[in-house]
Amino acid sequence: MKKRDLSELALRNLREAVLRNSLTTLGVAVGVASLVAMLSLGVGLQTLASQRLTRSGLFDAVFVMSQNNFRGQRRPAATDTTPKKPSPPLDEDARAQLAKLSNVTEVYPQIRFVTDVKYAGKSETTSVLGLADSARSSGAFEGMTGTYFSSPTANETILQVEFAKELADPPATLIGKDLTLRYAERAVLSKVDPSDPESVLDAAMGGGVSIVPREKTLRIVGVIESDPSAGIGGFGGARVYLPLKMAEQLHVAQPDDLQAFLNGNPAKPAYTAMTVRVHSPKDVPQVEAAIKLMGFATFSLLDATKSLRLVFTVFDLFLGLFGSLALTVASLGIINTLVMAILERRREIGILKALGATDRDVRSLFFAEAGAMGFFGGIFGVTLGWLIGVALTWGTGIYLHRQNLPGVKISYVPWWLALGAVIFSIAVSLAAGLYPAGRAARLNPVEALRYE
Amino acid sequence: MPTAPAFIQAESVSREYRLGETIIHAVHEVSLNVAKGEFLALLGSSGSGKSTLLSMLAGLDRPTSGAIRVQERNLAELEADELARYRRETVGMVFQTFNLLPRMTLEENVELPLRLAEVDRGERDARVGEALERVRLGARRKHRPSELSGGEQQRGALARALVNRPTILFADEPTGNLDSVNGEQILLLLREIQDSLGMTVIMVTHERPLAERFANRIAMLADGRLVSDGVRA
Repeated sequence: MKKRDLSELALRNLREAVLRNSLTTLGVAVGVASLVAMLSLGVGLQTLASQRLTRSGLFDAVFVMSQNNFRGQRRPAATDTTPKKPSPPLDEDARAQLAKLSNVTEVYPQIRFVTDVKYAGKSETTSVLGLADSARSSGAFEGMTGTYFSSPTANETILQVEFAKELADPPATLIGKDLTLRYAERAVLSKVDPSDPESVLDAAMGGGVSIVPREKTLRIVGVIESDPSAGIGGFGGARVYLPLKMAEQLHVAQPDDLQAFLNGNPAKPAYTAMTVRVHSPKDVPQVEAAIKLMGFATFSLLDATKSLRLVFTVFDLFLGLFGSLALTVASLGIINTLVMAILERRREIGILKALGATDRDVRSLFFAEAGAMGFFGGIFGVTLGWLIGVALTWGTGIYLHRQNLPGVKISYVPWWLALGAVIFSIAVSLAAGLYPAGRAARLNPVEALRYE
Repeated sequence: MPTAPAFIQAESVSREYRLGETIIHAVHEVSLNVAKGEFLALLGSSGSGKSTLLSMLAGLDRPTSGAIRVQERNLAELEADELARYRRETVGMVFQTFNLLPRMTLEENVELPLRLAEVDRGERDARVGEALERVRLGARRKHRPSELSGGEQQRGALARALVNRPTILFADEPTGNLDSVNGEQILLLLREIQDSLGMTVIMVTHERPLAERFANRIAMLADGRLVSDGVRA
């Protein structure tokens, strides 16, 4: 029999016992829904974790340090066979070189200093950190009170909430107010002013730096709950954040300035560390190797993502197994329905055989019916599973909202999961139809025709 | 005895059934030749083995021993698929209980053998119409079996048996579920088809008067054995 005729007959048969077949199909749908909901949860959580980690900048970044900064020469690891050459200073020249490496998207220095902050007559000593503009999309500022910096050079600041509470309570009242930053500027003494005896003396001593106290008024634009600078590269604990470019323009005296001064090159200050961002985490090893060849020490968290993927693969496997159990139960329903159909349609099978249907035709007809139940059950199940995921995300969103946390999408049904679930549903249904279809095909037509 | 060359040849055909320790000889050593275009009535009382013999001749069952040759092919030796093809292409069958599928309309029932024979869709409608016109049911093609009388259902079953243009028509008690008027109409139709299409018809019946009136040969069975076989004028 041709496939089209087979399909038409199968659908007609399914419509005939519409209630029973619908219930069986619903059973398959529930099984598929359970599988899809479980796996979509696994995929959703994995996607969420990956997105968060990627956006955090920890996994597409290489942290670069000089091997001979003021903390002392780093000892190479026993397994490190990279040829060593003297580490150059981590200054603007190094920054330009790093930026030229392939797959590098951004290079920025770590600008961090401890200073005084004045607000409403109160003075607090705290730690200040410059944030690259790319931190805007890191996810750390989701749910922040206020806004992110209006531009990379804006005279604006974001405060960590605990610090903000020390200035005013509730901290949200600080938004739009100004605070004053008192810091030590590093001024390079290189120009000779004949009217200034000190500059003449400085020039005579070979130049140098001068530490000048400065003040800067900044507009408070945001108050953040979490610490966006936590972790490697941020080194944690900052409580006042500035736009990085603006922070660079402040020329705040840095610990490594002393080394630059001792090296006799005070006009070119070196940085403690730099962050090199790459296109994607897969570019990290190649960029890291290139930076090491330049003589710098590096650090990345790429290995952590590999472990994370392994954990999620095992997690998905277990979720899939639990979801499959429901589909296994549903497949028993298909077997039951088709075996019942054989009993009820025994005479019909006899008629078909008397009219010239082969065993294969009869088997195919039952297979087609099982496959159709699997197909429709699969489609319905994927939809149901997706809805369960939406409901879970919605419920989680409400819970997180009550905890004053931003909502997250914990369930995600990618196209491959939807397609795979429908194919799996059809495959399981066909497997469930094996026995009934074989039994129907083996029926003796004379006995089948005699059946009342 | 038949005078024309054998079109269907049954040679010492036996069919046994095992019921626990007991062996039932439904058909025992029956030899029978049927000529092309013949109308043979297999007559006998209930349990005489006539329906079992018909099933074997129609390729629905296989003999325990003996051979059934149709157009030089021994049905007993055919593979299951070849036997299905024989039923599909060479044979048409009519049953006592009509055996129309109740959920299908009359035309869908008649179309069923064409689906199984993989006849082109474009050709099917004309073939179904032709078969239904032949049994005078052209106006009832959209009706379901439950909406037809017994006589109409049997005529519908006859149209289904004819639609694949078989060379042999088997009828198992075709009047068994019909009143005498409808029964006679069916047999008149069978005879008409046999005459117009030159078809070989083998009919099982236990009604001797009908057999004598319409068949041109009567073979009598009793206890699974052929007890008489005679050509009528």
